[in-house]
Amino acid sequence: MLPQNDVVEVTLESDLKNVEVAEKITRRVAGEAGFDEDEKSRIEMAVHESMINAIWHGNKNDVGKLVRLRLQIHHDRLEIRIQDQGEGFDPAKIPDPVQSENLLKVSGRGVFLIRAFMDEFRVRYLSGTGTEVTMIKRRNTAIPKQQGGTDREHESHDKAN
Amino acid sequence: MSMKATTRQIDSVTVVDVSGRITLGEGCTQLRELIREQLSKGNKNILLNLADVTYIDSSGIGELVSGFTGVARQGGSLKLLNLTKKVHDLLQITKLYTVFDVHDDEAKAIGSFARTASV
Repeated sequence: MLPQNDVVEVTLESDLKNVEVAEKITRRVAGEAGFDEDEKSRIEMAVHESMINAIWHGNKNDVGKLVRLRLQIHHDRLEIRIQDQGEGFDPAKIPDPVQSENLLKVSGRGVFLIRAFMDEFRVRYLSGTGTEVTMIKRRNTAIPKQQGGTDREHESHDKAN
Repeated sequence: MSMKATTRQIDSVTVVDVSGRITLGEGCTQLRELIREQLSKGNKNILLNLADVTYIDSSGIGELVSGFTGVARQGGSLKLLNLTKKVHDLLQITKLYTVFDVHDDEAKAIGSFARTASV
């Protein structure tokens, strides 16, 4: 069950096996937030791609570096933050993969898919500590704040693997 | 579940039944090596049956593109069969659906290789 404070947070080693761990947590939390199967799959894929970016590109597969995954259900949205210990990237510099000259390129579709599947996508470089990606998916049926969900910051800290 | 693949030879077409996850790491590596192995055997008509693929990510899509262009460079064709809804949607979003020759009938897909070769 989702903790009462509506926040799930895990810290994972930079191992590709942990991408599936993140996917499972995300699918469960997205279900708790009321998303249907199709939406859960899209959110799960956005987290998959972002975890790959964090582990593979950000932390360079260094198991000594960590990735923090944080999911918070607000009354009107699911907010997901993924933080790595890498040097960051500028999403504006990633070529558009659906332009004809890029269509047959082997890589460069991850951020495009995240943007396609989520309502908001932001990248923030945290000086000296890493890069944080924030992804937001709005809930179709926002519930009143007093009945469930909260914008208050309550955090739980779990350490996995 | 990691990726699994078995191959069948039907006339001049190598049908590859793929199942599981085609994702960065093991799944993509397996698919790349499988296509390379078929090309080294001279099998240049490859039909990837993706009916049992449970998950594909951007790297997996990239691997399909790499296979498509690599086989074409050798004078062959790589085609796709039985896309799941998820894979279909991903190819639509990435505008690759019209790049690949996609089929949902195996016999017709196999027949299409002969037509491609004779064009």
